[in-house]
Amino acid sequence: MFAQSSLNVRNKRVENLFRTLFLLMTILLIIPVVIILGTLVAKGGSSISIDFLFTDPTNGMTAGGIFPALLGTILIVAVALIASVPLGVAAAIYLNEYAGDNWFTRIIQLAIINLAGVPSIVHALFGVGAFVLFFGFGTSILAASLTLAIMTLPVVIVSTRESLRSVPQAFREACWNMGATRWQTIRRVVLPNAVSGILTGIILEVSRTAGETAPIMFTGAAFFLPFLPQSVFDQTMALSLHLFVVSTQVPGVPEGLPYGVALVLIGLVLLMNSISIAFRMYLRGKKKW
Amino acid sequence: MVNQAAAETKNEAEVKIAVSDLSISYGGVPALTGVTLDVREHEIFGIIGPANAGKTSFIKTLNRMDTFDSSMKVEGQILFNGLDVTKLKNIYALRSRIGVVFPLPVGLPLTIYENVALSPRLRGINEKSELDIIVERCLTRAALWDEVKDRLSSLGSLLSGGQQQRLTIARALSQEPDVLMLDEFSIAVDPVTTMRIEDVLKELKHEMTIILVTNLVQQARRLADRTAFFLDGSCVEIGETEDLFNGKVKDQKTLDYIEGKFG
Repeated sequence: MFAQSSLNVRNKRVENLFRTLFLLMTILLIIPVVIILGTLVAKGGSSISIDFLFTDPTNGMTAGGIFPALLGTILIVAVALIASVPLGVAAAIYLNEYAGDNWFTRIIQLAIINLAGVPSIVHALFGVGAFVLFFGFGTSILAASLTLAIMTLPVVIVSTRESLRSVPQAFREACWNMGATRWQTIRRVVLPNAVSGILTGIILEVSRTAGETAPIMFTGAAFFLPFLPQSVFDQTMALSLHLFVVSTQVPGVPEGLPYGVALVLIGLVLLMNSISIAFRMYLRGKKKW
Repeated sequence: MVNQAAAETKNEAEVKIAVSDLSISYGGVPALTGVTLDVREHEIFGIIGPANAGKTSFIKTLNRMDTFDSSMKVEGQILFNGLDVTKLKNIYALRSRIGVVFPLPVGLPLTIYENVALSPRLRGINEKSELDIIVERCLTRAALWDEVKDRLSSLGSLLSGGQQQRLTIARALSQEPDVLMLDEFSIAVDPVTTMRIEDVLKELKHEMTIILVTNLVQQARRLADRTAFFLDGSCVEIGETEDLFNGKVKDQKTLDYIEGKFG
């Protein structure tokens, strides 16, 4: 009854072929990640130490630590978040919960998509024109952060919208049917159930922001500063630019140093990504429907 | 306009909802045309009819659910306590007076307690002791209290289908509504629970007006004081439930449907 026909045999052969093909593609995908991480750890691991993280660079950045750059990156990212998260989340809530489907919202959507497609160097020049010069912030943490904030807004809006959209419409209608206003519905039912997705999106955005170089190098990141920033109107060093500088701009840097900087930068991003993943797993366990 | 409406209510004091010449279409396709009927205070008003008759569309207009769906167009007049709801500005107040129960229970992603406490909270009641009383009363009246009183803080969505439907009813009751609309509430509910809910409805009728959409003809017979028969987007007949089921019908189609000859 279950004797193999020639058709069965051929199907099975094709099945195996495709399975192997897809597996190979997947393995191919992991190779660069493994090589990058492996090289960084092998060549930069020895540079990493507590001193490396918490002391200033010395000898024209050929020795010493990276503390001003590490702190600068954290500051720039934090200020960028403070600017982009309220704006992006509010816009997403408007688009998903209030706006109807009309020409106005379609233009806004188009604008968001286009904003996401603008190259980062163009954002950088926009930042110089708008924040450094027009608003007169000068090259400063504030200008750099705002430039990054504009650049990451589309990501925040899109990911927030996706999270809001994942809350079933039936919940909203049940709430409206009780006489709740849109805002009451959003606050009591929609947001509590979308917040995990929103936060995950934001953390992912942070990790992207941390690595950006072009948008900050003209707006607020300094080549070398022997002191720490005192306010958001000061310039600061940043890990990404520092990596570029010690890799290509300064002669006589020991080989391990740039790898060490890159490892710290990647470590920072991976750390935030894993927090995001852990957080999502935690909240998914508490999913309410 | 308003005066005329007020005069109408005075003449027929017991009329809760007066619908005249109501037509509904979705994206230009008519779903219901020319419905005129009155729902009286403290009655169970049954609406029967096969699928696609326009029953659900009809009740959606009563609390302005048409605003949820931009393709849904409503024409005609609906007077609720003498006020035309199609021209009402404050639809939130209207909706809070009308409890709605859908075919499939929609347990909000909240605890059992919060499902029932949500509507009072929306009205500004935040006192724990007051909420406790409301939650217990509503769950008791929905015949659910004994089953859930020990786990009020667990999620509503973890309850069984029949329990969730009673939770939905408790939530509707927490609105302290004038009108309770039930749309085929027993579809996902076992027969025993259905009977329990039907008993609850018979009690509730003394306090509120109930509109019961059902595709179970016998359920309308058991519960409804008056019944309307909808077919293919129009209201064929409205009459005392007793009369309809005793064959006193104006239209042969009503009798055929009740006797199960089509639909």
